Amino acid sequence: MSFLSTYANPTRFLRFAEGALPWLSGATLLLLAIGLYGAFTAPPDYQQGETVRIMYIHVPSAWIAIFAYVVMTSASLGVLVWRHPLADAAQKTAANLGAAFTFICLVTGSLWGKPMWGTFWVWDARLTSMLVLFLLYLGLIAVRQTMDDTPRGARIAAIMTLVGAIDIPIIKYSVDWWNTLHQPASVFRIGGPSISGSMLWPLIIMTLAGTLLFLTLHVMAIRNEILRRRLARLSMQAVRAGEPAGDESMEPAK
Amino acid sequence: MTRKGKRLTLIAGAMAVLGLAAGLMLFALRDNIVFFYTPSELAKKQVAAGARLRIGGLVKEGSVVKNGHDVNFTVTDKTNDLAVSYTGLLPDLFREGQGVVVDGVLQPTGAFRADSVLAKHDERYMPRDVADALKKQGVWQGETK
Repeated sequence: MSFLSTYANPTRFLRFAEGALPWLSGATLLLLAIGLYGAFTAPPDYQQGETVRIMYIHVPSAWIAIFAYVVMTSASLGVLVWRHPLADAAQKTAANLGAAFTFICLVTGSLWGKPMWGTFWVWDARLTSMLVLFLLYLGLIAVRQTMDDTPRGARIAAIMTLVGAIDIPIIKYSVDWWNTLHQPASVFRIGGPSISGSMLWPLIIMTLAGTLLFLTLHVMAIRNEILRRRLARLSMQAVRAGEPAGDESMEPAK
Repeated sequence: MTRKGKRLTLIAGAMAVLGLAAGLMLFALRDNIVFFYTPSELAKKQVAAGARLRIGGLVKEGSVVKNGHDVNFTVTDKTNDLAVSYTGLLPDLFREGQGVVVDGVLQPTGAFRADSVLAKHDERYMPRDVADALKKQGVWQGETK
C-alpha cells in the first residue's frame, strides 16, 4: 500500500490535479473533435439509416455510467477498508457524474427506441436494470445530502455502493440471460465486434473521449471537494475562535 | 490477520452472500423478467386463451397480408409458428424476416390478436454497401430494405 499512501494524500492530490488537468482536458477535447467528426461522417446503417448516429452518444454514455460505478465501488472499498479521506471524496463526487451520464444514456436510448422499435420505453431487463442504476445514483446523492460530511455518512454511502454493485453484472448480461427488446452486445462479445469498421472506429474514439471527459470532471470534482472541506473546517475554526464567520474568515490560511 | 485484512474479508464474504441471494432471486423470477416468449416456448407452456402476453420472433417470409390498416402475419422462431393479426401503424423496421415483439391476447382459435407491434433489431451494424456485398457473396442472409 506504500504507493497509495504516498500519492493518495489530499495535498499531493491537489498538486497532481493542477499538473494533470490541462493534459486531461486537452486530450478530451482532441478525441471529442475526432470522434464527432467520425460520428457525423460515418456511413448510415443499412437498416436504421441516419438514426444510427444516436449510437455515438448513447453507447459512450452507457459505458461511462457503468465505469463511474466501478470507480465508485473501488473508492468505497478505500473508504471501508483503509478509511481514506480521498476515497471518500472520490466516492461522493462520482455519484453526481454517474447520475448525469446515466440520465443521458436513458434519454438518448428512449429517443432511439421510438423510431426503431416503435416505443420510447419498455420494461425489459436491460432498460429496467439501467433505470435501477439511475435510482441507485440518486439514492447515493440523497444519502450524501442528508448525512453531511461525517465519516459515518461516508461509510453508509460506501456500503450502499457495494450493495448496488450487484446491478453492474446484471446490466451487462441482461441481454444474454433473458429475452429482451434491446439487442445483444455489439462490441464486447465472443467472436469480435459485429459493427463494421467504418462505424466502429468513431464509436471507440467517442467512448475514449467520454472516459477522458469523466476522468477530467472527476479530478476537478475531487479537487473542489477537498477545497470545500478545508474551507468548511477553516470557517468552523474561525467561529470557535470567536471571530465573526464573515468574508475575512473565508480567506485561505496563510 | 490485520484489521484491514479482516475488513476486506468481511466485505468479500458479504458481497458473495449478496450476489448469491440476488442470483437466486433473479433465477426464481426469470419467467417474469423475460420480455417475451418465443412461439416454441408458448407451445410448451400450454397458455390458456385470453391470457395477455408478448411473443417475439421473426416475421415469416411471405406471410404478411395487408388490408388497409389490418395486417396479418406469422411470427416464427424457425421451429414453431404463430399467426398474428394486428390493426394499426407498424414501426419503420417492420418487414419480412425482421425480428418483432407482439403484445396482445391469445385467442381461443390459437391465433394471436396483437395490440402493439415492436420491431427488434439485431446487434449487427454496417453500411448499405457492405450489407449488399455480403449478401452477394452469400456469406450472410440478412434482410436489406
